[in-house]
Amino acid sequence: MSSTFFTASPQWRWFIVAYFFLGGLAGGSYFLATLLDRFGTERDRPLVRLGYLVAFPIVCLCGLVLTVDLGRSERFWHMLVQSETFRPMLKTYSPMSSGAWVILLFSGCAFVSFAGAVAARGWPRWALLRHASPEAPFGRLVSGLGAILGLYLAGYTGVLLSVTNRPIWADTTLLGLTFLISAASTSAALLILLGSWSGLSRDHLHPLERFDRSALILEALTIVALVASLGRIATVWLDGWGVLLAGMLLGGIALPLLLEWRQPDTNRPVWVAPTLVLLGGLVLRMVIVLSTDRL
Amino acid sequence: MAEPMGFYTDTTVCIGCKACEVACKEWNQLPARNGGVGVLSGDSYDNTRALDGTHWRHVKFIEQFSTDRQDGRWLMMSDVCKHCAHAGCLEVCPTGAIIRTEFDTVVIQSDTCNGCRDCIGACPFGVIGVNPVSGTAQKCTLCYDRMKVGLEPACAKACPTKSINFGPIADLKQMARGRVGQLHEAGEGRAYLYGADETMLGGLNSFYLLVDKPEVYGLPPDPRLPSRNLKRSALWSTLGAVALAIMGVFHFRERGGRPGRREGDDV
Repeated sequence: MSSTFFTASPQWRWFIVAYFFLGGLAGGSYFLATLLDRFGTERDRPLVRLGYLVAFPIVCLCGLVLTVDLGRSERFWHMLVQSETFRPMLKTYSPMSSGAWVILLFSGCAFVSFAGAVAARGWPRWALLRHASPEAPFGRLVSGLGAILGLYLAGYTGVLLSVTNRPIWADTTLLGLTFLISAASTSAALLILLGSWSGLSRDHLHPLERFDRSALILEALTIVALVASLGRIATVWLDGWGVLLAGMLLGGIALPLLLEWRQPDTNRPVWVAPTLVLLGGLVLRMVIVLSTDRL
Repeated sequence: MAEPMGFYTDTTVCIGCKACEVACKEWNQLPARNGGVGVLSGDSYDNTRALDGTHWRHVKFIEQFSTDRQDGRWLMMSDVCKHCAHAGCLEVCPTGAIIRTEFDTVVIQSDTCNGCRDCIGACPFGVIGVNPVSGTAQKCTLCYDRMKVGLEPACAKACPTKSINFGPIADLKQMARGRVGQLHEAGEGRAYLYGADETMLGGLNSFYLLVDKPEVYGLPPDPRLPSRNLKRSALWSTLGAVALAIMGVFHFRERGGRPGRREGDDV
């Protein structure tokens, strides 16, 4: 029996599941918006703005759920500042410590890009906000940095789980990769969904749909590799959690891929596949976080 | 720095009286579970069940009997934080609440801890839990307050059979090795020390004399630091990030069939 089965559960539950999901969406949306900004066309501009508009509110929500989950919420700042000396508190080898700083820095970048995206709509007409635009040198610098931090935010949560001694989490080193790829697929799905709701045509959404298909294939391969890397320990999922994971693979990855590939240009509602992908991303985190609670 | 101090627990002389549990609870003013209403576990005489934020000592009862109960033995062990030389909890704590003291013990400062619970999952022995009264992670402090004034920890003081021995680590190791030799001479060849050498997390400052496999006592056979996974996890994630960036560039860059490219952009 693996030594990880002799440990106690930190009882990270729904708030943490929500944080892992939302953190992936915030970081992933920002990353995709920046990529579309740098490598896309003028037609992609609405999607770029959308990515920056959603990333900031979502990362604010992340901070909120994380703070609420603490046993002593009023001490959330102890993650960043030493409570006795008021010096910065950072342990580069502790994913939770570095993650707290990344959330803070990413929030700053997300706020600047959010302000730039709001200003691009024509209001408010503050001169300062012009610098926040991704087209301005300062905004460009911030969005480049934010994209890297966004990827970190999307993936470090899995690394954080692996850097424990809990069963499943510490028995593989692929959780960070899995969460990162899943964050990319769910973020693309979110932008497709919001883009279609805001009236963007299929042609506008096409690059994201293509990206999402590739991300979903990569995600399926990563999950298979994750289960394989667990070896015999994966047998703990021979229960309801395993059924849920299999359901996620079928409903959250295979079915959306099938829907996209079989009839990509019909009048089928755009929201079906991205909604399934988003639900799949949530279920994936549920299974990984909650299934170890009783082990 | 003062001399490293710790516990050596000789499980062969533990009688399961739980005096250590009571002394620990009383000295550290730890609250009762469930408002003091006892609920029997059904697991031998063990109604404490596990170490956690309000139980910093836990006496384990292991019944090893043949099916006809003609042959058998009791194993009893007073479990506690191991105060590892390389401590997983201390490694991951993001607030700096977990510190190593001048006695080489590991202590959680309750006024700094914010209850993130990362240390609970990082501890290879499942020692730490949240104290619902303080809302923070807590565990044995090896009675740091008592040690500061030259007193031995409450549990060791209360132990009536000297199963729990407190003192300088070097002295304890010498004592423990002598006891193992004595048991071997007496015919108990299964006796060995768990965590006394540096191969296990740099050495446990609370180590045990056992007469069966660690798993039988609920101890991990191969406890390791959580950071063992850090580099490889980070590497896989970085490779994933690079793959996503390449995928994004491939799908988003100007392709032949997509009109509306920005003026002046290069293909």
